[in-house]
Amino acid sequence: MGVSSFKQQADIIRTPPTWVFRPTLLHYREVFGQYQFVHFMWNSLVIAAGSTFFSLLLGLPAAYSIARFRQSKLALVILVARIVPGITFLIPWFILFSRLRLVDTYTSLILSHMLVGLPFIIWVMVPFFESLPKELEEAAMVDGSTRSGAFLRVLLPLTGPGILTSSILSFVFSWNNFMFAVVLTGARTRTLPIAVFNFLSYSEINWGGLMAAAVVITVPILVIALVAQRYIIAGLTAGAVKG
Amino acid sequence: MPRGLAGDAGDAVGRRQPARAFSGRTPFEPHHVCSVLPLGRTWRWVRLRGGWLDRNLRYVFPLPALAFIVVMMVFPLVYTLRLSCTEWSMSSMSPPAWVGVANYASLLGSDQRFSGAVWRTFYFTVLAVVLETVLGVAIALALNRDMRGKNLVKTIFLLPMVATPVAVGMVWLLIYEPTIGIANYLLSVLGLPPLHWLASPRQALPSLVLVDVWQWTPMITLIVLAALTALPRDPFEAALVDGATPWQTVRHVTLPLLQPAIVAAMTLRAIDALKTFDIIYTMTQGGPGFASETLNIYSFVLGFQYFQMGKASALLMIFFAIVLGSAIILSWARRPVEA
Repeated sequence: MGVSSFKQQADIIRTPPTWVFRPTLLHYREVFGQYQFVHFMWNSLVIAAGSTFFSLLLGLPAAYSIARFRQSKLALVILVARIVPGITFLIPWFILFSRLRLVDTYTSLILSHMLVGLPFIIWVMVPFFESLPKELEEAAMVDGSTRSGAFLRVLLPLTGPGILTSSILSFVFSWNNFMFAVVLTGARTRTLPIAVFNFLSYSEINWGGLMAAAVVITVPILVIALVAQRYIIAGLTAGAVKG
Repeated sequence: MPRGLAGDAGDAVGRRQPARAFSGRTPFEPHHVCSVLPLGRTWRWVRLRGGWLDRNLRYVFPLPALAFIVVMMVFPLVYTLRLSCTEWSMSSMSPPAWVGVANYASLLGSDQRFSGAVWRTFYFTVLAVVLETVLGVAIALALNRDMRGKNLVKTIFLLPMVATPVAVGMVWLLIYEPTIGIANYLLSVLGLPPLHWLASPRQALPSLVLVDVWQWTPMITLIVLAALTALPRDPFEAALVDGATPWQTVRHVTLPLLQPAIVAAMTLRAIDALKTFDIIYTMTQGGPGFASETLNIYSFVLGFQYFQMGKASALLMIFFAIVLGSAIILSWARRPVEA
């Protein structure tokens, strides 16, 4: 993919595949110039950051509450969210958002991506809160702090790794999301995956441009994966193996 | 005991061990507890309300998340269920017409596309999950030793999983391209005849399974690796004392001990494989013909290309039941085998 994105079209369709060619930045110029990828990147970034932020805001207190008060019924709801095919929600949303004129707005996309992010964050964070000893809160409350104060000032700083894990992955899921974006984005809010997919709709596939687009969408994920691999592994294997 | 699907809420099974205790910090003295973050003044109003908030914390804290779930998930589910008993094309101006179970009857009765999609969905899932499990466990066992570069290997394994499915699909399109793709070039190097891959109705679905295997085998590997590090040492020492061969040890000690983790990984994988959408839609859109049209693709096409919202809703309800049923059956299989 990386190699192909620097090749001229003529070099790409040569068989057998060649490793000797004159590299060109032509396709990157296409992607960022003619196809306005910066704009799509910005859309993806806003939606991924927004949905992650709001998922944390709603998810962290809920995860704490599930862990401390053993609200297992609530946890079951989160599980069902994982199992229901996403399109099931998409039909009512599409109708609702069409009526409210919210199709092609950040709002509808952030809300729809939270459907993935919020259950995931709760799923990862419950065991983190369970692993913290109750004595921590109790000590804080003896010192005159309220329970909510103890949660904010004592527990949240301690669950840093968990928050990092769940928010990184929530961001990645949103960045990668294709299905919701196909239905809910329009001209103004088109995200990167849709922009990449649109390369296919031309009669002759522009392979070089396509690969350049694929590189552009993958590089941020690649960087995140290299920097935070430990956290990502913890998140992806969450729920399968817990001692 | 590992857990995945069932009872992950620390219910009656008892307290779970810390997943990972906070590392590199010393627990601080209780009387410093309140000075961790300098938020004292900001939270004075919270403290004034503290009595009320603390008493009702168990209701207040989950409330926002619960509200989101009800509005964005429960309500849409109920709505879809209602819609599935109507005939409604969004492109027409007429309101939905109540038709009872006619949608279900037509899907289950005479719809060739539906029965084909069910069959293809299971074909894709079973083939992919079996291949991923066998490969994933094998690779994990091979990697399970102290070696240099283990972290590098883990990072490389991570990439297919977090890579954007659309981009993955595009790259594999180029690989599978019959004339300029690497796949046929490799076959020709090996002296084998070229294949049509995605262009042939018979090869399209297996080709897609191969992409899924490339993408998700690492997840099984990582889960099994994590489980391997948590295994008790005694059974292995006993096997050593008894003079078991390495193969016997793997077969009679390691694999039975790993079984719960492997089944959990398979369950998670199966749930997602049943719902695979991005890769299939970006690479074949369900084609050629309907050769790679799974349930998820078919319901998407019904809903968002034909705008037959009623029929699509009925299909989604059946689809949901299938995924839920599979998940429940697989979670039964989690009980460790009685040795």
